[in-house]
Amino acid sequence: MIETIFFVIFGVAAIAGALTMVWARNPVHSAMGLMLTMFSLAVFYVLNLGHLIAAVQVIVYAGAVMTLFLFVIMLIGVDKAEDRSESLPFQRQSAVILGLALAVAILAAGGIGWWTDEGPEQTVNGTIEAVSEEFFDRWLLPFEVTALLLIIAAAGTIALAQFAPRRRDAAADVPAAAGYELEAQPDEAPAEPVPELAEDA
Amino acid sequence: MTVEPGWYMGLAAVLFAIGAAGMMTRRNALIMFMSVELMLNAVNLTFVAAGRQLEDLTGQVAVLFVMVVAAAEVVVGLAIIVAVFRRRATASVDELAGLRG
Repeated sequence: MIETIFFVIFGVAAIAGALTMVWARNPVHSAMGLMLTMFSLAVFYVLNLGHLIAAVQVIVYAGAVMTLFLFVIMLIGVDKAEDRSESLPFQRQSAVILGLALAVAILAAGGIGWWTDEGPEQTVNGTIEAVSEEFFDRWLLPFEVTALLLIIAAAGTIALAQFAPRRRDAAADVPAAAGYELEAQPDEAPAEPVPELAEDA
Repeated sequence: MTVEPGWYMGLAAVLFAIGAAGMMTRRNALIMFMSVELMLNAVNLTFVAAGRQLEDLTGQVAVLFVMVVAAAEVVVGLAIIVAVFRRRATASVDELAGLRG
């Protein structure tokens, strides 16, 4: 009974957060909606006795990943509403229709059994001990490979952060102290010098 | 009336569809990226519900793997977005048509 109450409350919260994320004009509001969805999912994990992954969900997703998103939103300064005119006609309508069709298709693929079948008693208990036993017993090699993946991602990010400005400075043949505005973007047509700012005005 | 694992799967399907619709409607690269994250989270919920239904802990292990890969993906993706923004001063994917023939 209590699980039903929690499911309804946080199910509504998760869907509301997801819709906010998709629909909000301000990217900061989008990030907040996604954060609400992720917290609701952490509640669902707890309801399914996934204690460890609930904690990881809150720490990694709602904490680290969303903070990173907010940081980048602030950094690149898109905390202003974007204009919503579409270059393709009927793009948004067809996207909404296709999204609805996708939802209906997945639900139909699951079938009516999803809603009526009696689930088994909860036997899976995702405590830290149980999950780590599974990790280091059966999935040791994939675990190590993900560690390698994280190192590669970190190295790639450092490379992206370091080499992009240097290359541009070399291409423009100006010293590095010359600032971004002086960079004339030689491959850009001179008719529209700052396309983003001009559109938003 | 108890909550069955299938309910979670239905909710996850709805969340996945919302994420896919966001991917198709929005042009801000950051919002599209957040939509991808939403879809990954929906799949995670499916994993957990399936693990409960099948009485197997592997579902939760898969969730942890997906989280690690998603975290790495977020780091690299945001770095790319920032690098593109430094060069072109835009986060809109419509403006990034440099490879158009």
